[in-house]
Amino acid sequence: MLASILATGLAAGAIYALVGITYNTMFSTSRVMSFTAGQLAMLGGVFGSMFMLKMGMPILVGFFLTLLGCAIIGVITEFVAVRPVLKSLDQHLYVLSTLALALMIQQVTAIKWGTEPQPFPRLIGWGSGVWDEKFWLPVAACAITIIGLEYLYRRTLVGRAFLAIAEDNFAARALGLPERNLRVASYALAGIVGGVAGFSGGELLLAFFANGALLNFYGFVPVALGGLGNNRGAIIGGLALGLFQQAANFLVGGIFSSVAVFALFIVVLLAAPQGLFGSSTARRV
Amino acid sequence: MAAVTTASERNETQAFRAILPQLAPFVGILAIAMILPFVSNDYWALIGTRAAIYWVLVSGLNLVVGFAGHLAIGYVALLALGAYTTSVLVAGNVMAPVPVFAALPIAGCVGAVFGVIVGLPALRLRTFYFAMSTLGFATIVTQIALAWQSVTGGGIGIAGPEFPAPFDTAWGYYYLCVAFAAFCTWMSANVAHSRFGRALIAVRDAEVAAEATGISKPRMLIAIFLFAGALAAIAGGLFASLQTYITPDAFTFDLSILFFIAILIGGRGSILGPMLGTIILTILPEIAAPLAAWSTFLYAGLLLAIVLAMPGGIAALLDFRNRRPLASNRAIVPRPAALGDIARKTMGDKTAGDKTLSLRNIVLSFGNVRAIDGLDLDVKPGQVHGLIGPNGSGKTTTLNVISGYYAASTGTLALGADALPAGRPEVRALRGIARTFQTPRVIGAASVLENVMIGGTVEGEATFVEALLALPRHWRDERKLAASARALLGVVGLEALADVRADRLQHSELRFIEIARALMLDPDFLLLDEPAAGLSGDEIERLGALIKAISRRGTAVMLVEHHADLIFDICDQVTVLNLGRVLAAGTPAEIRAHKEVVSAYLGV
Repeated sequence: MLASILATGLAAGAIYALVGITYNTMFSTSRVMSFTAGQLAMLGGVFGSMFMLKMGMPILVGFFLTLLGCAIIGVITEFVAVRPVLKSLDQHLYVLSTLALALMIQQVTAIKWGTEPQPFPRLIGWGSGVWDEKFWLPVAACAITIIGLEYLYRRTLVGRAFLAIAEDNFAARALGLPERNLRVASYALAGIVGGVAGFSGGELLLAFFANGALLNFYGFVPVALGGLGNNRGAIIGGLALGLFQQAANFLVGGIFSSVAVFALFIVVLLAAPQGLFGSSTARRV
Repeated sequence: MAAVTTASERNETQAFRAILPQLAPFVGILAIAMILPFVSNDYWALIGTRAAIYWVLVSGLNLVVGFAGHLAIGYVALLALGAYTTSVLVAGNVMAPVPVFAALPIAGCVGAVFGVIVGLPALRLRTFYFAMSTLGFATIVTQIALAWQSVTGGGIGIAGPEFPAPFDTAWGYYYLCVAFAAFCTWMSANVAHSRFGRALIAVRDAEVAAEATGISKPRMLIAIFLFAGALAAIAGGLFASLQTYITPDAFTFDLSILFFIAILIGGRGSILGPMLGTIILTILPEIAAPLAAWSTFLYAGLLLAIVLAMPGGIAALLDFRNRRPLASNRAIVPRPAALGDIARKTMGDKTAGDKTLSLRNIVLSFGNVRAIDGLDLDVKPGQVHGLIGPNGSGKTTTLNVISGYYAASTGTLALGADALPAGRPEVRALRGIARTFQTPRVIGAASVLENVMIGGTVEGEATFVEALLALPRHWRDERKLAASARALLGVVGLEALADVRADRLQHSELRFIEIARALMLDPDFLLLDEPAAGLSGDEIERLGALIKAISRRGTAVMLVEHHADLIFDICDQVTVLNLGRVLAAGTPAEIRAHKEVVSAYLGV
């Protein structure tokens, strides 16, 4: 049983962590938490199943098209729901605009794709039992994504520009960085990360429209635990959440695991609103 | 005596006339609701009943979302809770059956408790976090309803409660629900137009200023979460009866979205708007049957359009009063003499004129920067005390320490013989300390008069329940607050703008609103943070006269200011700060002659 808990827990945790990174990637350049993060991961699964099973495309083509589709949805998020409300960030209108867009994505998926979970193809076919690919694939995808992001942020000019904008938007603009283009790029990147989460977790979560709302919540918990914009916190928080949830799932049953996760979320946030690894809040007066 | 009575009667008629245009739409909607049975069929009875039930929930949620500004998305959870509680109590599958009219109040109590539990995170969490936590709660309630088969019937469901005659027909039940809806409208309007409703908006739009006026956010929020939770659960009981049979599927997330979006389409801080929003959203999928499957998409699209194009919602569209142009070239002419007509209070231990506000050896650091470094300061009653110094010398920080936004790391703060607790800005108002802010913190969405009335929130005596039911004490509070707010608006010279939305005013006018708001407390200590910034020369002169008049009434005024003329003109005492320390202190004449001050700041 311990092996099953570890396998499912780490797999689910890796998906949650990736959704958390999706949130963070969008947040870093725009200071906006977007409800579309979970929907992007949901679309990763739906697009993958659609391209490979419904249209019979090869895996690599399907993967590439899935990421492209998610990146486009990410960019649409920026144009439709984020850019128009950035001027009045203090009114938190982004909560409503991104929620509206997320609901529209979910509803279109439900009507066009169907409300039943649909299968996701086997990708590689390695491993069985607790070493089945549906368990290790999300973990591997999460590791590769993190390495890729670290490389991007530390070694490339674009990545450093992202960091500069995340650190101090005004100073970065004063230095002449193309803030708007970089923000669009970061939303495309967030779409890709979300797509990877959904694609790699497709065999575990299936191609199901309701995954969006679920991943929105479970992906946000690691962000809240780890602190906004903190990718390392999101990874630790995501894996811990996955293990905690699956342990509760196996030990006391499904419903109580949801209650336990929710209770944990509320308690941690009430005790440490800035997250376990986050920094303190800004000046008010 | 007789004259006074006629005057007050005339005021009542005037007040009634002013309220009539606001009341008319509600009466109209009620009239339409009453004649609906005579012009339509049972199909519309169902839709009308549904709209009325939804409004019972939304009228409470409106105070949470529209007034307090908390994005509670998952209120369908409380609807489900109320529906199951009522159904289970009436069906008697857990304990002895309860009559439905007893079950509804019980469900209301359960809903109130859970309303607070769901709302509690809002006391600590910011917008997106709170939205997420209510969303999480909604998911959990559905799962529990599915899993707890012995009570809820699981996926098979449970029969809804049946109401006795005459409410057992479609139209009989419709009238019952409309009556509930009308009663809830009345209650929520009472709260909205009480000091509680104004305080909610103050916490939403100007939290820092709300704290300075002594508004306690936790108590306020808990009261409305109780109320909104109870209404949501009662709506759930009514909903269960309408459905005749309930399963977890009946409480889809789409319903939550409907409630939430109805409020935002209606407009924040309004009651009529969300009511129209609820009616429109309930009817919309019905009149366009092919759209039923797309209803959520439609709602979401509407929400997006509203947020992007018309953040004020329907309420802003209907707000004709605030479209009339204001006179340009308005000059503010305060009438300090009118202060004499407003009696000073002497309540309890708050006797003006014998207490000194003293700071001893205050130290406050931000990181490695010592913003205040061992400051001693005395502010005496009846004096105007100027605080000057270069940028970064710790003037505003000193004000923030006095008003409790920052807690000094060492040093003591005392009012007379009593120590003032460090931090805790919300206890300052009751101790007679009021303040204004460097950037005016005014509630743009409220009228000028309401903004000033906010200042007197702690003086109100009516409890939340009294306000809810509009009992006599509530009316007395309202009359008293409105009268003193109008008088103070006269003092600062803004009475002509009393009913205008505050965000339409000029910057200089906002400064005077803040002063009027601070004076509502009739404070012993008034802290002014750069009140002359952005004012014209004439206005500064009038401001100086006003400040002098205030201090002559025994109020100690502490003035942070860059205009040296104003400082030397009206101050009795001046303290010069530099790098968080006192560089010089004394009368204006002494400061003028002080060598270091002169060379450093006055540039002579």
